[in-house]
Amino acid sequence: MDKQKLVMVGNGMAGVRTLEELLKLAPDAYDITVFGAEPHANYNRIMLSPVLTGEQTLPEIMLNDVDWYADNGITLHLGKPVVEIDRGRRVVRAADGTAVPYDRLLLATGSNPFILPVPGKDLPGVVTFRDIADVNQMIDAAGCHRHAVVIGGGLLGLEAANGLLARGMDVTVVHLGEWLLDRQLDKTAAQLLQQSLEAKGLKFLLQKQTAELVQGESGRVCAVRFKDGDAVPADLVVMAVGIRPNYTLAEQSGLHCDRGVVVNDSLQTFDPRVYAVGECVSHRGVSYGLVAPLFDMAKVAANHLANFGIARYVPAATSTKLKVTGIDVFSAGDFTGTDGCEQITLSDPMGGVYKKLVVKDDKLVGACLYGDTADGGWYFRLIREGHAVHEIRDQLMLGEGAIGDTGHQGQNRAMGMPDEAEVCGCNGVCKGSIVKAIQEKGLFTVDDVKKHTKAASSCGSCSGLVEQILINCVGGAADVKPKSEKAICGCSDMTHGQLRQAIRDKHLTSLADTFRELAWRSPDGCASCRPAVNYYLISTWPGEAKDDPQSRFINERVHANIQKDGTYSVVPRMWGGVTNPSELRRIADVADKYDIPMVKVTGGQRIDLLGVKKEDLPKVWQELDMPSGHAYGKSLRTVKTCVGSEFCRFGTQDSTQMGIDLEKDLFGMWSPAKVKLAVSGCPRNCAESGIKDVGIIGVDSGWELYIGGNGGIKTEVAEFFCKVKTREEVMEYSGAFLQLYREEAFYLERTVHFLQRVGMDFIKQRVLQDEVGRSELYARLKFALSFEQDPWAERYAKGVASHEFAPLTV
Amino acid sequence: MSEWKAVCQLADIPSQGARVLKREGKVDIAIFRTIDDQLFALHDRCPHKGGPLSQGIVSGRSVACPLHNWHIDLATGQACAPDEGCTGHIALKQEAGTVYLALD
Ligand code: SRM
Ligand SMILES: Cc1cc2nc3c(=O)[nH]c(=O)nc-3n(C[C@H](O)[C@H](O)[C@H](O)COP(=O)(O)OP(=O)(O)OC[C@H]3O[C@@H](n4cnc5c(N)ncnc54)[C@H](O)[C@@H]3O)c2cc1C
Ligand code: SF4
Ligand code: FES
Repeated sequence: MDKQKLVMVGNGMAGVRTLEELLKLAPDAYDITVFGAEPHANYNRIMLSPVLTGEQTLPEIMLNDVDWYADNGITLHLGKPVVEIDRGRRVVRAADGTAVPYDRLLLATGSNPFILPVPGKDLPGVVTFRDIADVNQMIDAAGCHRHAVVIGGGLLGLEAANGLLARGMDVTVVHLGEWLLDRQLDKTAAQLLQQSLEAKGLKFLLQKQTAELVQGESGRVCAVRFKDGDAVPADLVVMAVGIRPNYTLAEQSGLHCDRGVVVNDSLQTFDPRVYAVGECVSHRGVSYGLVAPLFDMAKVAANHLANFGIARYVPAATSTKLKVTGIDVFSAGDFTGTDGCEQITLSDPMGGVYKKLVVKDDKLVGACLYGDTADGGWYFRLIREGHAVHEIRDQLMLGEGAIGDTGHQGQNRAMGMPDEAEVCGCNGVCKGSIVKAIQEKGLFTVDDVKKHTKAASSCGSCSGLVEQILINCVGGAADVKPKSEKAICGCSDMTHGQLRQAIRDKHLTSLADTFRELAWRSPDGCASCRPAVNYYLISTWPGEAKDDPQSRFINERVHANIQKDGTYSVVPRMWGGVTNPSELRRIADVADKYDIPMVKVTGGQRIDLLGVKKEDLPKVWQELDMPSGHAYGKSLRTVKTCVGSEFCRFGTQDSTQMGIDLEKDLFGMWSPAKVKLAVSGCPRNCAESGIKDVGIIGVDSGWELYIGGNGGIKTEVAEFFCKVKTREEVMEYSGAFLQLYREEAFYLERTVHFLQRVGMDFIKQRVLQDEVGRSELYARLKFALSFEQDPWAERYAKGVASHEFAPLTV
Repeated sequence: MSEWKAVCQLADIPSQGARVLKREGKVDIAIFRTIDDQLFALHDRCPHKGGPLSQGIVSGRSVACPLHNWHIDLATGQACAPDEGCTGHIALKQEAGTVYLALD
């Protein structure tokens, strides 16, 4: 059977990204032909700015060279603009006469720079800033002329002006508005920006309307004249006054257009065979001029071209960033703060810092940052996630980095970091190599940076920093979605939330069914989605879904911690951190008998036997004759306790017994990420309850419960949850909260991140206000736990999976 | 010269899992079984820092090393891009449920 023919018109960023996505989904679905008006293969248009300044070269900004097209069997016609689409015969025709038939057509013609309709607009020396040809003209002009005028004080205009200044020209920026970047910044921030740009040597003429471009004796432009009669000399004029979607071709072929090619949520035009993506489209009346939304469109269009038919394009807030000028400006969402909005501002003109946050209906809706944009990514995520902010309102302005990350000198300002500064403390990756990878490999997401540099791929504590570096390099094109909007992995486009929901709605109880029902791209998933799906199945359908050991990380499969040399560590459970002489004797005997090289007291009040050979594990467990401490799992870890009222002169409650009871009550609990508890007997808090997933502090009149603490990568103090009187209430409230977390959190999301995502109000409503709901949650937890057994006992007593521990020999 | 040696039955190896073959004085071999019952044998040493690949998660045609999550192609022993490196692979055949390796 002949393959279907796909023709793409416009060889730019959105179109080629769509092809990349399509090839991932359905590599053999089409014979693909591409027409590009420019004589170049696909390059990173946003990097034209650093090319203009001289920081990068054209070969460095290529995203897909001609070999890429050849390798993927794509026929490429460069330098051939398409001039006609015959939708009746389904043929496109290029200016040179090349005609190619199609079954499906993809339009990705981008936009055209807007040219002011003033006399002289066609003179030599008048250019726009859109493609390689424009940049080459500007570079040539900078070599032999002196005066440049940039019309337009938006992002593009300022980047052009900065580039020409870097190339030694005398540059004046002319702007009609009252202040620069009037679509990105408010007046205060814009004035700060203007001052710093003036300090660098740029000149500005604001509220000036261009009337005419004057021709000089040589025939070239020589000046710009304004409506008020003033004039400035100009050997080069760059028009950067905006862009207009390029839909002429579509309109001529009879497709419905309205200031752009009109598309529906699946990016189909009014002709079902024709799709459109990128700046040329008008979606729900809006056109976009930034890469991030275009890449989202590419994903959706590819999904439909591959006949998967499930994706929808949903617009989301966008962010922008001024690149290359060395000045930090960032804005996201709606920061103008119109009706019903509250504004929080911080203004330090001397220090060169200005921040404005806009809150509406208890949600962050916009941010405008000048001078210190370190938290841009964080604000942007808050805006996109859109949950209540009143609990963190007093910290909003201080930013996410108010409590520094550990492991890289607490460094949290990407901009000021020198190239050789270490960003990722786990893998030893410095800023310079990250910047290089972003620029050379054309990366747009933190995940891509992880893959290519290994930065942020281990403990993840530097992902915020990596994100900032990414934003600094590629501006608003950085794809910094919150986890709630991201696809779970390359095997599916579903988010964690959608996946959890589908497992519940469709009553899915096995991995095989899940992958089939939800159209996974690979028959058995991958190492990142399988553990997540397995957890979702067993936590949603306890007793029904069967645990799949092959979808668990080795630690959870063999119930011990793998070490760098392939041996294991074993942590037996000591309820509440309490042990006795006979347990200690057994531990000593086992350590002797099996030559265990290290016995160590852990940070969680347990004893760790490190360096156990895998073959010895079943025997070690049997002879220890203690339950598994689950120190290896996304599960209940330890309940730390202090001495409490039994012995301590300050104790108000029996915290030790409370801890033992809780640990026994929750034994064997699998969870999205590890869960740690602590119980202290008085507010001196010797068990450090303030940094635990659930922390409990005994007071004279009862117990205080705190949730969402974390003492790890980023120290987070637990938030006060409630106060209760009795031991039974402590168990029920803690259990109900943990069950809510088990049912609603995303895989690998610890309680603190769950709390930040859904908000304290939601948790309080479900666990505190709703009494029936609370006891049902707790009952569901008990039901789930009723299926759990001590995995060590199961292994040595019943010989479960003994093949794991017995090597083959020849 | 290497020759075919029977090492185990197909049923001895868990689906989407692996089994380790220990040899005196030589590097261990990991025998992998994919979801569609294809078998592959690699040296049980990750090209990154020597992690035991047999302990990793097997999906599709690759295994994720348990130490730092490199993905290794089961058929070739090559690390998947962007990582670089290769571990040795050993010829394997199945006959009537018995697994043979080309060992020397
Ligand atoms: C054994 C122990 C260190 C010690 O000798 O004291 C330990 C050892 C490991 N920790 Fe830990 N952590 C240990 C207490 C802690 C604590 C302190 C505590 O529990 O009170 C913390 C901070 C508290 C917290 O979790 O909020 C801690 C925060 C981490 C983190 C960061 C988690 C985070 O969400 O920020 C990781 C990484 C992870 O889990 O992904 C980690 C991961 C690890 C792993 C499992 C790394 C790995 O995947 O192999 C280490 C295994 C070492 C090995 O060779 O077997 N360990 N780790 C401690 C065991 C406690 C226990 O008795 O069960
Ligand atoms: C200097 C500069 C800096 C930028 N910086 C940023 C930034 O920091 N962040 C950000 O998010 N965005 C930035 N952008 C915007 C970003 O580059 C665009 O949003 C993006 O490239 C649009 O992609 P597209 O595929 O829709 O259009 P394009 O990339 O413009 O591709 C369209 C292509 O179609 C071709 N074409 C048009 N008509 C035809 C035809 N009839 N036949 C054949 N080919 C045709 C055009 O020649 C062009 O090559 C910047 C843009 C510029 C110019
Ligand atoms: S025990 Fe914890 S802190 Fe120590 S090296 Fe391992 S993961 Fe890092
Ligand atoms: S040893 Fe295998 S990934 Fe590091």
